[in-house]
Amino acid sequence: MIKFENVTKYYGDNVGLENVSISIDKGDFVFLVGPSGAGKSTFIKLILKEINADAGSILVNGTEVTKLKNHEVPKLRQSIGIVFQDFRLLPRKTVYENVAFAMEIFRCSTSQIRKRVPQVLEIVGIGNKANKYPDELSAGEQQRVAIARAIINNPKLLIADEPTGNLDPETAWDIMDILEGINESGTTIVMVTHSKNIVDQMEKRVVAIENGKIVRDDVGIYGYDESCETCKIGAFDENE
Amino acid sequence: MSNLIYYFKQSSKQFWRNKAMGFTSLLAITAMMLILGMFFVVSVNINLFTEVVKQDFDYVEYYLEDDVSKAEAEKIIDKIEKNDGIKSTEYRTKEDALRIMKQRWGKNGYLLDNLDKNPLPNSILISVENNKIAERLTEKADEIKGVEDVKYYKETVEKLTRATEFIQLSAMIIMIFLIVVSVIVVANTIKLTVFNRAKEISIMRYVGATSWFIRGPFIVEGALIGIVSSLIAAGLTWLIYDKVESIIGEEVIIILSSPLVPAGYMVWNLLIIFMAIGVSVGVCGSIISMRKFLDK
Repeated sequence: MIKFENVTKYYGDNVGLENVSISIDKGDFVFLVGPSGAGKSTFIKLILKEINADAGSILVNGTEVTKLKNHEVPKLRQSIGIVFQDFRLLPRKTVYENVAFAMEIFRCSTSQIRKRVPQVLEIVGIGNKANKYPDELSAGEQQRVAIARAIINNPKLLIADEPTGNLDPETAWDIMDILEGINESGTTIVMVTHSKNIVDQMEKRVVAIENGKIVRDDVGIYGYDESCETCKIGAFDENE
Repeated sequence: MSNLIYYFKQSSKQFWRNKAMGFTSLLAITAMMLILGMFFVVSVNINLFTEVVKQDFDYVEYYLEDDVSKAEAEKIIDKIEKNDGIKSTEYRTKEDALRIMKQRWGKNGYLLDNLDKNPLPNSILISVENNKIAERLTEKADEIKGVEDVKYYKETVEKLTRATEFIQLSAMIIMIFLIVVSVIVVANTIKLTVFNRAKEISIMRYVGATSWFIRGPFIVEGALIGIVSSLIAAGLTWLIYDKVESIIGEEVIIILSSPLVPAGYMVWNLLIIFMAIGVSVGVCGSIISMRKFLDK
């Protein structure tokens, strides 16, 4: 599904990723962990071709991302579902329209959209909020909308960038349940997170990045000291 | 086609949910067009006036004494036609002259009904090839028996033409200036709108929308704002002009011997011009102001 080979990305003199190689198979559920600024976001941005690698090869779903032209980028992103920490819903669209938007991009017919959107809203548990605007919803509900939008076109890959970062623990678990369900239906999930609790309990593959390098890649635990994590929380900026 | 419907739906929603911005652009374009329309109206009328005056005075007119019979007038015409450079001649009876005058005064023509006696003379209209011949005819008039007076205003008309040309040129420059100003105002307003939605645009890009997919609704919105503004501006101009025409139209005819351009004719042309300007200003404004957000 995702294959990095000797990928390097520098921001001026600062290292983003250095000579990273990794392979994520179809159907995997991968946690991406590590301190702020370690290179997790660089990893995600490279997959989405939001930034370009300095060297190396990146295969996403069989496409060589580094060779894509700018006008081909929308096509790449249409094949990937994305969920962000800050939800990134369109504020002037209702819940229904936010989700329908992703289908409109695919040029789906109105009848297809009318049929599919309520189904997906039901899956993420907000079938009764279709006509609300994002600012009328709780954080957890907004994240459900974002997930609905991400999976509406049945992507093979779902990227979640700290999806529980803005949620209280209980809501975070609701979201994790939804993500696990999506994974079980065959979608590959790559999730960036700082939540030791979630990583430890889910027992999935964990990839740790530090200073632009993969320092650990195994199944199981978060691996960072909880007290250390809490002391860093203030430093977690959105764009890390 | 389905895309166009999508853009249309999106942009009307977009406009409604973003009323303040939309109305600002709408007001800006409408105001510009109103001013533009005023200049246009004045300019077209000056043009018409010049044409009418030119036609009216582009000949030498011999006024005949009252006791000159039609046969004698024919003889004078024969004599005139022996000169070089005469294009045509026409005998106009005092009755015809009165009828023409009445027609021109329109609704106020009744004022001429109660005259005891037609005060206008019979006359001969001579159209000539150039100024020199006209001048010679004017000089010669004294020598011809039966000619009471001679009317020739060409020089005055030419001065008037030059004056109106100058007015027209100034109006044109001001109009161009106004169009440029309105493009800038609109581009900035739309830029503000787009800037307001920069976050939305970046979200759309994340979800995988192509540049044209994002741009579409904005362009349609720009075009819509242009269309609505031109309708409002043309409507207002029409209302004002119609009122002005009904109040002073007849007086203008009497004072200047020239009618005003009919409101109906004016408004259709204005609407077409406004639409063209409005839509292109709206569309160009959107494309220009979105470039920054879409080129990566």
